[in-house]
Amino acid sequence: MLDIVQAVLLTVITAATPLLIAAIGELVVERSGVLNLGVEGMMIMGAVVGFAAANQSGSGALGVLAAIVAGMAMSALFGFLVLGLVTNQVATGLALTILGLGVSGMIGEAFIGVPGLRLPKLDIPVLSDIPFIGPVVFQQDAIVYLSFALVGIVSYCLFRTRIGLILRAVGDNHTSAHALGYSVLKVRFLAVLFGGGCAGLAGSYMSLAYTPQWVENMTAGRGWIALALVVFSSWLPMRVIAGAYLFGAVTVLTFHAQALGAGIPSQFLSSLPYLATIVVLVLISANRRLTLVNTPACLGKPFVPDR
Amino acid sequence: MRIELVKRKEHSRKMALLSPVIAVGLTLVAAAILFAASGTDPFLGLYKFFIEPLTDSWSVQEIIVKATPMVLIACGLAVCYLSNNWNIGAEGQFIFGALCGSFLPIVYPEFETSLTLPLMLVLGALGGAFWALIPAVLKTRFNANEILTSLMLVYVASLLLDYLVRGPWRDPGGYNFPESRLFSEAATLPLIGDGRMSIAAPVAVVVVIVLAIVLARTLKGFEIRVMGESPRAGAFAGFSAKRLTLFAFALAGGLAGLAGTMEVSGSLNQLLPTISPGYGFTAIIVAFLGRLNPVGILVAGFVLALSYIGGEAVQASMGVSDKIASVIQGLLLFFVLACDTLILYRIRLHSRRTTATGEVSRA
Repeated sequence: MLDIVQAVLLTVITAATPLLIAAIGELVVERSGVLNLGVEGMMIMGAVVGFAAANQSGSGALGVLAAIVAGMAMSALFGFLVLGLVTNQVATGLALTILGLGVSGMIGEAFIGVPGLRLPKLDIPVLSDIPFIGPVVFQQDAIVYLSFALVGIVSYCLFRTRIGLILRAVGDNHTSAHALGYSVLKVRFLAVLFGGGCAGLAGSYMSLAYTPQWVENMTAGRGWIALALVVFSSWLPMRVIAGAYLFGAVTVLTFHAQALGAGIPSQFLSSLPYLATIVVLVLISANRRLTLVNTPACLGKPFVPDR
Repeated sequence: MRIELVKRKEHSRKMALLSPVIAVGLTLVAAAILFAASGTDPFLGLYKFFIEPLTDSWSVQEIIVKATPMVLIACGLAVCYLSNNWNIGAEGQFIFGALCGSFLPIVYPEFETSLTLPLMLVLGALGGAFWALIPAVLKTRFNANEILTSLMLVYVASLLLDYLVRGPWRDPGGYNFPESRLFSEAATLPLIGDGRMSIAAPVAVVVVIVLAIVLARTLKGFEIRVMGESPRAGAFAGFSAKRLTLFAFALAGGLAGLAGTMEVSGSLNQLLPTISPGYGFTAIIVAFLGRLNPVGILVAGFVLALSYIGGEAVQASMGVSDKIASVIQGLLLFFVLACDTLILYRIRLHSRRTTATGEVSRA
């Protein structure tokens, strides 16, 4: 029995990690006042580029690095249009997703059915020998630890440092931030790049750890769920962890319910994470007090500096 | 070099017409580069992709078959986007509409009267509208973001379709293939021409004309545009944002559901695990390329339908992956959005050192 619980917990962590990383990146982007709906597109690009690079070089680390660069390149394109050319953020984010799905399908054609590389698990000495907890918590791959570090760093930087203050000022009132002499567009562009890097990293986790292979469209809406998680967290980094692990648990439970049969058609179980997203969004959004306090006031609003 | 945007005093009418043309031009250049990068002759690639399909009657009919659902969906999406309602779940509304429209011919195949087809179309439109009203109600009632909820419902609808064609709606005489029974004569949309083209195509043209008149000449059209551009002004005029949200979603969903039913009844003649190559998403590109204008959407629908056929053509004749079609579609949307900037802004290039006034410029 304990073994089963252990196995389930392990899979929950692998299912939650990509959501956590992508969501924390997008949280920073939205805190700066930009809504990048292209998370799905950047993630799938990270997945295919990460897989391809790891496959060609034989190194998982290089794969992850290439995925981050790919995500950042995609987000730079988005940033140039949205910040430089003041295009509609919703439409441009959609364009990024459509483009990412197309390009990844084209790059990935050569890698369908190719056996993948799995990121090595780090074995933390002594701690990993603790019965039950040890193998679950202290025998993960590096990215799992990195995901928690990211949340901690983002949370600290946002609320305890000057950089975070500037970022939030830009997101809450870009006119005032501009008047104070901060470059709104530069801050936003950097935030967008950070979000892109995170989405790329999350994508590489999909193709190098979650299911080490390339399947077209393998992110299956996780980028969109990450976007919903940012709303769920009401833009507070620590709450993203709760959201990501909740969704990781829902995904894993549907897998296990399928394995047990349980007489429920698999399609109904597969639709659970999407339905859960809707329910969670409704529950959070209905609470106006909670959302109004933390929603960046300039979210999605364009800014053209007057000279 | 630094790019600076200078706001125009008013919309540039010239650019409003030119920007989609420039965008298509830039896409052609990008497509040529893509062909060259995949090791083929770029000019031959462009010819096979964009020109050759237009020279043959069969493929022109196929282009119309593919343009029809996208034009219908994009017309509804235009109303949503004009009124600032971000419905991106048309793919799900298309699928759910098709399911509702297929209910009669699959569950009651013996019901074969002259009423069958009209009933199917009504059920399909109602089904699509119902699926679209879910995110609309969640938005107006609970303030939930319609972008995310409408998209999530796409996954739910396609899983539902998958379940039905593999489970309860599978053809009993179909050797266990995941497909429904073929529709009877009475449930099939009348065909035109010698290909798969049905009367869905003229229906789409009628919808375009009606919507163009409604948007340009009626109070409802005015309401849609005002609420999109200035909700506050609209509120003073007595328009209700919530009621308009419900209207826009219901219209978009209804048209998508109608398109789904006509696709299944006219072109496919049965339900399959996938009934759409992403029409609901490509229709978003159609709507923007058509500048949210019904007549523009009609033209844009042909361009995007051509990209599907062109993708198949280059794969068949040149061995280039047909994925190139979706890359070109994505690039096209990028160029369309970028070029739309020219309507509101003039672009001025500055050298890094001095501006027009001779001041040292800060980046």
